[in-house]
Amino acid sequence: MPVAKPAAAPSKPIRAKVVPIYSEFHPRWYRPRVSVYWWLGQWQYLKFILRELSSVFVAAFVVVTLFQLRALRQGPEAYARFQHWMQTPFAIALSVISFFFVMLHTITWFNLAPRAMPIRVRGKRVPEFLVAAPNYVIWLVVSVAVAWLVLK
Amino acid sequence: MADKITLEIARYSPEQDVKPSFATYEVPVYKEWVVLDALNHIKDKVDGSLTYRWSCRMGICGSCGMMVNGEPKLACATFLSSYAHNGNKIRVEPLRYFPVIRDLVTELSDFLVKLKKVKPWLIRKEKPALGQGEFLQTPDQLENYKQFSMCINCTLCYSACPVVGLDPIFVGPAAIALAQRYNMDSRDQGADERIAVLAHPEGIWGCTFVGECTRVCPKHVDPAGAIQQYKLRAVMDWVKSFVMPRAS
Repeated sequence: MPVAKPAAAPSKPIRAKVVPIYSEFHPRWYRPRVSVYWWLGQWQYLKFILRELSSVFVAAFVVVTLFQLRALRQGPEAYARFQHWMQTPFAIALSVISFFFVMLHTITWFNLAPRAMPIRVRGKRVPEFLVAAPNYVIWLVVSVAVAWLVLK
Repeated sequence: MADKITLEIARYSPEQDVKPSFATYEVPVYKEWVVLDALNHIKDKVDGSLTYRWSCRMGICGSCGMMVNGEPKLACATFLSSYAHNGNKIRVEPLRYFPVIRDLVTELSDFLVKLKKVKPWLIRKEKPALGQGEFLQTPDQLENYKQFSMCINCTLCYSACPVVGLDPIFVGPAAIALAQRYNMDSRDQGADERIAVLAHPEGIWGCTFVGECTRVCPKHVDPAGAIQQYKLRAVMDWVKSFVMPRAS
């Protein structure tokens, strides 16, 4: 039985035609997805995420303080137990990390205060550092007062 | 002979590509050349198919916003010379978080819809007769909102805002700043109408105060500041309605 010959190959290969996947009035837009790690690429975004994350450690600090108050109310024995717990490596690590984040929280939010409160005196906007400065002054005064109470 | 610098430009053709790829071009660096001059040079002399928007080339029209080395910038205000050292390259991409139509051209209808929603025009409760003349305003009253009125709708702030990327229905920085521009205008009486749109989880409360919109704004509009001031106002209104429910 004669085998059908394949059709003669065209002398020029036909160029693969690119089929457009769009219609005339609905061009195909490219919509990239936002990566889950968008905040890692740029320092400003990372700083923002750290600032937001700091609230978790501020909360941790508050919880520890509440436990301290409870121990204080329960008497000297409970307070000694609390003090002993505060000396464990976990509690020390938590305190150091919390301290770092509480500082970050305070400084970043104090620095943002002038942005949210543009204060005008006689029609002129008060310079940003003059709006932020009173926050720092109050922080310093309160810290000194607390240190004096604790250390005296 | 001028120095040369390499530009890596995102190319995307909707008919042929599934996603953008980068094409590399070498352009001369002149002291007075900005990224837009380099793009025009490429389009005129090297590859006429390169597509991008531009118009005034002087930071007024807001058309030539694009990502330059990962930062939202106006191509007409970004000098090549500030990148041309140590064999640096300049990577040019379309504005982030917007759909790409072609090469560096993005689709802006979403922004325009949001902008219209905040009613950025003067609203009067009762319109005076034409013959009564213009609304007068003192220089101090103008100063109140002038900063926010400098917005050129270039949408760089949208590309800088991660909330816009993660939550596409967030109204966004420029639209809120422009709403605030009219709220603070002594001739306007439409603040109540705008706050209905903006005191909303997708309005001012969507903003997490990243502050990048203000940093990248080429006209120093400070949209982040406008949004925080708006939040303060919304809270005060809420407190007022709580304390004095019968007022207003």
